[in-house]
Amino acid sequence: MFVLIVGAGRVGSTLARNMLKQGHEVSCLDEDPESHARLEITLDKPWEDVGGHFTVGTALEIEALTAAGVERADVFIASTDGDNTNIIIAQLAKRRFKVPTVIARVLDPYRAQWYESQGLHTICPTRVAIDMLEQEVLAAAERSAGGGPRVGAVDHEDAD
Amino acid sequence: MTVRLYIIIVGAGKVGWNLARELLEKGNEVTLIENNRERYLTVEQELEHNIQYGDASELWVLERAGISRADMVIAVTGDDEDNMLICQVAKEKYLVERIIARVNNPRNREHFDLLGIRPVVSATDLILRLIEHEVPEYGLVHLLDLPEQRLEIIEMELPANSKAAGQRVGDLSMPEGTLLISVLRDDSGFVPQADTVLEPGDEILAVLDPSVEEDLTAYFGPDGSSS
Repeated sequence: MFVLIVGAGRVGSTLARNMLKQGHEVSCLDEDPESHARLEITLDKPWEDVGGHFTVGTALEIEALTAAGVERADVFIASTDGDNTNIIIAQLAKRRFKVPTVIARVLDPYRAQWYESQGLHTICPTRVAIDMLEQEVLAAAERSAGGGPRVGAVDHEDAD
Repeated sequence: MTVRLYIIIVGAGKVGWNLARELLEKGNEVTLIENNRERYLTVEQELEHNIQYGDASELWVLERAGISRADMVIAVTGDDEDNMLICQVAKEKYLVERIIARVNNPRNREHFDLLGIRPVVSATDLILRLIEHEVPEYGLVHLLDLPEQRLEIIEMELPANSKAAGQRVGDLSMPEGTLLISVLRDDSGFVPQADTVLEPGDEILAVLDPSVEEDLTAYFGPDGSSS
């Protein structure tokens, strides 16, 4: 499978390495040439030597997307640090280049939710964090019998 | 009588600020949204409650500005992705009837098209258009472009050695999909009749399908294909 990842930050670069290790063909597009170094973290060979592709360019440039292989991509991941950029380029990948699987990382839960409802597949890390925290808090509430005040909570001497 | 509208403008740069001021003066209700704190404070000194601080690509910021009752949303930030997103959300989520988007990089125009965001305004394109008007290539000027409808109106000056000069309009065999609508001669314009004879130096107005523009310019162009 050919995976195109736009935005090789912490999420994009780790995903890129993992997909490559699983035997997929991986291409990364990032506007910052320095992000190439992030792809090579934990690798003992250059990114290209292990089979990866890397293109420097802006995601809205058709030439950059084409150079990175969008026309033959099976999966398109939009993981730049801009929610709006991710939402727009994901729609380009879907509508213009007909990439079969397109996923946009969107940090703002409300924008993610609305675009998801419009048929654009979004992953919202903020939503995931909120859900996890919520579960932890609810579990804590469960443990403290009925959610009443902690025994001795007002007494500073006993607090720890 | 002027129609008073509720208009949300996103981006308080030079364009947004001046636009807000003009629209307010015309009696419209305007909310300007700016996400740079310093810029917001500067503009707020003049526009007071007509500007709000926030990132308009966050839906709650648009909602706080009253997008559900907005007649028009104008996105004129310096970021094309933001302008696209704001207009898309305004149109498709909040069903705002009229949107206008600013295109900063003319190469992004096709993306606005793809997402159905129109009309768009691009300062670069406007200046290019002015250059075309001031320095016409082969005497051709675009007066109106309706790419969606596949129609355009052009103005063209017939060169001295135009193949069409000296011909009766009724005898012209213009390319299919083109229509001669006016002739401008000696500072006055008229609608040509079948017996109108075209002269070198005439400016013709034609409505046509953009795909046959080259055929039309060749048809009225200089004799002996040396364009």
